Amino acid sequence: MTKGFCIHGPAIAGLLASVAVPASAADTITVASWGGTYQEAQTKAFFDPTAKELGITIKQDTTNGLDDVRLQVTGNAVKWDITELGADECARGSKEGLFEKLDYNVIDKSGINPKLVHDDWVGISYTSVVLIYRTDVFGDKGPKSWADFWDVEKFPGRRALSGSQATETLSVAALAKGTPIDKVYPVDIDGALQSVDKVRGHIDAWWTSGAQAMQLVKDGEVDMASIWNGRAGTLRKEGAPVSFSFDQGVLTADCMVIPKGSKNKDLAMKALAKFVSPDLQANLPLYVDNGPANEKAFETGKIPQERIKDINSAPENVKKQVLQDPEFWRDNLVEATEKFNNLIQQ
Amino acid sequence: MSIGSVSLDRAGRPDAVLNADALRADARRQALGLLALLSPGLFLVFAVIIVPIGWLFWLSLFDQTGQLSLANYARFFEQASYIRTFATTFKVAFAVTGASVLFGYPLAYMLSQLPRRAASICLIFVILPFWTSVLVRTYAWLVILQRRGLVNSWLIDLGVIGQPLPLANNFAGVVIGMTHIMLPFLVLPLYASMKTIDVDCLRAGMNLGASPAATFRQIFFPLSQPGLASGVVIVFVLCLGFFVTPALMGGGKVIMWAMRIEQATSLYSNWGAGAALGVVLLAVTLALLGLFQWLLGARATGVWSSR
Repeated sequence: MTKGFCIHGPAIAGLLASVAVPASAADTITVASWGGTYQEAQTKAFFDPTAKELGITIKQDTTNGLDDVRLQVTGNAVKWDITELGADECARGSKEGLFEKLDYNVIDKSGINPKLVHDDWVGISYTSVVLIYRTDVFGDKGPKSWADFWDVEKFPGRRALSGSQATETLSVAALAKGTPIDKVYPVDIDGALQSVDKVRGHIDAWWTSGAQAMQLVKDGEVDMASIWNGRAGTLRKEGAPVSFSFDQGVLTADCMVIPKGSKNKDLAMKALAKFVSPDLQANLPLYVDNGPANEKAFETGKIPQERIKDINSAPENVKKQVLQDPEFWRDNLVEATEKFNNLIQQ
Repeated sequence: MSIGSVSLDRAGRPDAVLNADALRADARRQALGLLALLSPGLFLVFAVIIVPIGWLFWLSLFDQTGQLSLANYARFFEQASYIRTFATTFKVAFAVTGASVLFGYPLAYMLSQLPRRAASICLIFVILPFWTSVLVRTYAWLVILQRRGLVNSWLIDLGVIGQPLPLANNFAGVVIGMTHIMLPFLVLPLYASMKTIDVDCLRAGMNLGASPAATFRQIFFPLSQPGLASGVVIVFVLCLGFFVTPALMGGGKVIMWAMRIEQATSLYSNWGAGAALGVVLLAVTLALLGLFQWLLGARATGVWSSR
């Protein structure tokens, strides 16, 4: 889903990637992503180097997610050649037939988790849902696992969870009731809902955007929360008294697609091949905390050793986390979300 | 035989018939002329109101597989959360309207009694926030009201309270934030109607021995009612469709109708889910306007005020 980046969307909308070689209109593609610092990082990591190598112009736009793609494709007004989405959105859009087939003779899929390689979508980066707590409240004896987060007696304090990303909160709830990380998927939805029900009365805020999660923790409105690792990393960089780790994190992938009816399909395919190549993937963690989807990026030697341990998709960190299954949510999202909304509004 | 010879044969009457014919033709021409003059306006109303709303209604009748169905409406009865959202929306709208009247009426009264110069300066303070972005004002309230915010830290430092008051991320926060945003919508029509009250009526009342309180109750308040009624209607209806403030100040626990529309649009792959919510909100709003009209009289909604 939108990962909250879109808050900064307008700042970057319409930004043109600079390019040395003058290119004709035919050599121009438009790429849409979430905006904000994430898209700025992608510009430096993926878009600028690709534009330079292929001698094309990459125009940028921002997206709010699957609705935008659906609107363009069903309205026969496709203006994007490549767009980023959450992996569960890719799985849903694929079922609805909104995307062009990808050509894996052009795109090299080696190094990308097979769960993120599909006929018409491919993984591009990872975000993790992590448990963050304030060290001015708990010292370094804060909640370390979701079971701790659920234990309101041992860890009294104010709590926030995501209200907008039911998929993530239900994954976390499954972990809280003791499900081992390799058994979380397929999620036992009713069991996870029962788990949410136990902690529900102690949740002081159900956040709906990454910016809000960050603000709740930063201003001390809550003492512990689920939060995206990029936001958590920003808080730590800003010097907020917080602690978090990738233990029991939930890895959610983002993906890229070519919307059906794109006018520059072939060129988009070549650009997408560059974006997922280990060489450019290795650039991403140099600018932002979202890890590369291609694990070969860690073998390029471009990422400094001391940086690797902070990257959510580094092989060491992947072992500690649950990989959210996009195809599970493709089939269960609507029902689970309605039940979840029903529960947290009681 | 010509008409002219008829008028000569039968004295008087045919002339009147002729006249009436001419007048009727003239009236018809005039009506057509007026209709022609109106047509750009009618076309605009048709294009920007009737067509989109009709389309919204049409979309709401299709389910996820693209089949005609009432699935989008059935959902309201199957899922308890929709009813709850509906109830919350009205609770918030009532609370905010009540709070706006509580603060707005005395404010408008004070403004109407001040000398012109002072009143216009004070009015600037009513209008200035009106021009500021709703998002900015909502975030400002968050900073003021949250657990470690201005209000709580002052009260704790002064020793008034021991524990921070829960003012943000709940129902109270939403009502405070929305009341601030809605206040000008109540104060401005109310002030306008209070300014038109003839001071001589009040003097006459006093002259006949009424106390200031009785003068206010029996003369001023009834005369200010049309302004109050239209302010209340505007505030209430605007509250029903509010999004930003409850989304930011409600802490995810106060879900209003507009937030559900946004959720439905991104959750379901058909527009019908969100469209149905929009149709229901529109229908309820129109029904309420009708109710207000009936309860408060024509002047309240201003729709048929010319009658």
